[in-house]
Amino acid sequence: MTDLSETRAVAPLKLLREMLYIRLVEESIAARYGEQEMRCPVHLSVGQEATAVGVCQALRVTDRVFSTHRCHAHYLAKGGDLKAMLAEIYGKSAGCIGGRGGSMHLADPAKGMIASVPIVASSIPLAVGSALQAKIDGQDHVTVAFIGDASIEEGVFHESANFASLRKLPVIFVCENNLYSVYTNIRERQPGRPLTNVAVAHDLHAASADGNDVEAVLRSTQEAVARARSGEGPTFLQFDTYRWREHCGPNFDNQLGYRTVDEYEEWHAKDPIELTRRKLRALKMLAESDESRMTQEIESEIDAAFAYAKAAALPEPSQASQFVYAGR
Amino acid sequence: MTNTADAIRDGLTEAAKKDPAVIFLAEGVTDPTAVFGTIKDLPKHVAPERIIEMPVAENGLCGVAIGAAMMGKRPVISFHRVEFALLAMEQMVNNAAKAHYISRGRHRVPLVLRLVVGRGWGQGPEHSQSLETMFALVPGLKVLMPTYPRDAKGMIISAVEDDNPVIVIEHRWVHYVQGQVPAGYYTEPLDGPREVHKGKDLTIVATSYMTLEAVRAAEQLETVGVSAAVFDLRVVRPLLLDRIFDSVAKTGRLLTIDTGYRKFGIGAEIVSEVVGNCFAKLKAAPVRIGLPDHPTPSSRGLVPGIYPDAARIVREAGAQLGLAHDKIEGAVRELEAKRKGLPVDVPDPFFKGPF
Repeated sequence: MTDLSETRAVAPLKLLREMLYIRLVEESIAARYGEQEMRCPVHLSVGQEATAVGVCQALRVTDRVFSTHRCHAHYLAKGGDLKAMLAEIYGKSAGCIGGRGGSMHLADPAKGMIASVPIVASSIPLAVGSALQAKIDGQDHVTVAFIGDASIEEGVFHESANFASLRKLPVIFVCENNLYSVYTNIRERQPGRPLTNVAVAHDLHAASADGNDVEAVLRSTQEAVARARSGEGPTFLQFDTYRWREHCGPNFDNQLGYRTVDEYEEWHAKDPIELTRRKLRALKMLAESDESRMTQEIESEIDAAFAYAKAAALPEPSQASQFVYAGR
Repeated sequence: MTNTADAIRDGLTEAAKKDPAVIFLAEGVTDPTAVFGTIKDLPKHVAPERIIEMPVAENGLCGVAIGAAMMGKRPVISFHRVEFALLAMEQMVNNAAKAHYISRGRHRVPLVLRLVVGRGWGQGPEHSQSLETMFALVPGLKVLMPTYPRDAKGMIISAVEDDNPVIVIEHRWVHYVQGQVPAGYYTEPLDGPREVHKGKDLTIVATSYMTLEAVRAAEQLETVGVSAAVFDLRVVRPLLLDRIFDSVAKTGRLLTIDTGYRKFGIGAEIVSEVVGNCFAKLKAAPVRIGLPDHPTPSSRGLVPGIYPDAARIVREAGAQLGLAHDKIEGAVRELEAKRKGLPVDVPDPFFKGPF
């Protein structure tokens, strides 16, 4: 029997704040990227905040997340330290991994943000392996693999899903479908079947929800977490959403013509933050002054984190050869 | 007396008995042939949840094992032929080799990946490749090629104890090598080559099965007055060559022979390091022996001449040492007579030892 005791409401104001926090961090990176001090590729999550927040609010700190190249939102939503994240993107010693990976490898294992791997689908089997360990050792940790729509085109997704299903492992495949792999629309890469059909073929439990509705994402994930913790096995969750800015970099790129301005506007109008804001306003749970205070608080935290990251020291060249092998 | 396959099984069994974090994953992990017998009877010693049959999914299997290793397990996985590992290169190169480095040591990947090199009975182009240099190219991986049973048992236990991803490449013919093996749990340090035949005129560095051909050649060379030192390389990465430098400093001559391609092979790396370290001591240009620059076909009509052997080593060594042609050919004829016209595609019983 699925234990639904964790399927409790999270205050909508908290959800809004979490999303706003990620949005403002990402926008700040975009605004400062031109200074050429963040000298690594960045894949921003602007527009996709609801999936990260909705999923991670359904998790405990001991639950585990594996992410991809587009990992900023996942890292922050899982509780990753902002200063360490920015320092990492600035290539500093104080970065979450000391400048060894940059923006695409964010991790904060103490918070359950285990690893981010930028090769499409590469972190999926790691998440399944984490779930296998938890199951063998009788722990009730749940592991989430954040994946994109292109991941399910990779063989290793199917290998991992098949095994997770066979062994009823406590893992959740969270597919953020933002319609594009770099510049290529999903229509040009996959037949028009629902993505969940692929999961069902592997006998995974599958569900989908509006990826811009943070509460819908939260509810779907809470159910999946409850199933995983109760030993009922893995779930595939499809959340359709949209990346506002370019695949890699700080800019908008609608002028390139790979997607239409109409399509962009349509998704922009479904802004997950605006959606939640309107709901809260209608319920009289959010005064304008509340939000401006919230924004101010977040912005001052972000400013402090940027100042910290910029002032932090670069690692020494001699450190590049460290940690190749583990000693006992 | 134990053969190398049984020594590996004993080593894995001892390691699994000692450390409950050790788990086994493989395609066919539970099948009756038990990976050439090398994990036979494990279920008698290890709880069933630690022996995990895998779907046929090499990259996924590797990734799952890496993920479990990052979370504290010590997985031992295996493929029946090296070639299947090509499907798993992404996980080995991107995740196994780099998780520790990227995380500044926060993650460890104590993983053993066992791969078997096939030979004989028409194994053909995709069941007999020796691709250890592909793995050895990648910092963060360790690559072992044990030959003798005593080494194999101690090295496989060391591999399981190691906190890094360790690839253990087992030549199928080496599985049959006989020797004395200590009972119980012991480790063999992964500290580089071992001198298996002493000599002062020539240094031969060999890997895996070719070590046996090299020792046979060294014994034959003795009959013509040449004293060749033979080193079993054992550990391809990290490549620790101090013992080779010391030997070449005395002999002034180097010959390498390994189971892989000659070009871009292990021999190329060893020769390069030796030349860089012992240039002034060299009396002759080093010689590399390896597979020719084409795939290995299946038919026994096509195979003769492809695999180097003791006779080839004797000829190359003789030429390097400037021995008289008659003398070399006499030694080669003796070697060939010992083979007694055996077909080219079955193991010569000479190498079964005991060693």
